[in-house]
Amino acid sequence: MLRRNRRMLPEWLERLLGPVGPQLSCEECFAQLDRYAELELAGVDAALDNPPMRAHLDGCPACKEEHDELLAFLRERGA
Amino acid sequence: MWTRHPFAARPSRPSWVEGTGRHVSVRDAAGRPTERAPLLDAASRGWLVRLTGSGWERDDAIAELLAHLAEAARFVLARRQALVSNFPRETVDDLAAEAAGEALIQILEHLDDYRGASKFTTWAWKFAFYEALQAVRRRSWMGREIPLDDAAWWPVLARTPSPEERVEQRELLSDLKHGIEHVLTTHQRSVFVALALNGVPVDVLADRMGTTRGALYKTLHEARRRLRRHLSA
Repeated sequence: MLRRNRRMLPEWLERLLGPVGPQLSCEECFAQLDRYAELELAGVDAALDNPPMRAHLDGCPACKEEHDELLAFLRERGA
Repeated sequence: MWTRHPFAARPSRPSWVEGTGRHVSVRDAAGRPTERAPLLDAASRGWLVRLTGSGWERDDAIAELLAHLAEAARFVLARRQALVSNFPRETVDDLAAEAAGEALIQILEHLDDYRGASKFTTWAWKFAFYEALQAVRRRSWMGREIPLDDAAWWPVLARTPSPEERVEQRELLSDLKHGIEHVLTTHQRSVFVALALNGVPVDVLADRMGTTRGALYKTLHEARRRLRRHLSA
């Protein structure tokens, strides 16, 4: 069987396998979503501030969709 | 994800809200002020005071909040106008009103969870986005079969990106398929195939399986971890 170093996996497979490292649950993500979005809006590197949150957003399309829409809405309103 | 309750019952004012003006302290379980107590802005504090008040002031606050939530729901639904137009007998306004109503119920039920880490409106809007997007995802998959076995996902991965990567991809696909069939449990396999390979929304799958979004994501996370270890060992 072919054995590979993680870095050698192609992008499509990395996407399927999701982010590595600790990440939040969907419930924890929802609980922190408002603060995370406001930090991003303020120009703070929210991913650096909260890596487990970023990892969850990278791995969960539903939570990412909600995050992206909230952020877009805040930006449009200039909140 | 949340327990439903009618919002006719008036919520209590969050126990951690103290002080006056812009200054609100957050206390831990033992009642000690926390080191990172946020300063609540006047508008957010106003929302809390009005929503936990009584009479016409509270009624006005609820009506105002509902309008805010509907605006957020319309924002997200209008951006999916083409999708929404496929839903029989429903318009963006219908769905937005429904999502806003559901969000309002959740907000009033969970008012005590608001810790002042963001503006109150930002905290409230996320409920509207959750409800609106969940409504879209559920309707998009209404009546559709959810693929849970490997026969359904194999052709999806068979779309080879380029000729030179064909051999490598064939080996990786073989390893991946072996891992899915032999490393994952039956439940992990079903969840991984549906969510990761076929793009079924996690809340839609949770509905069909009678479980929660959080539980399914935890299963997906473990399945991914096992497959990564299988492929990288």
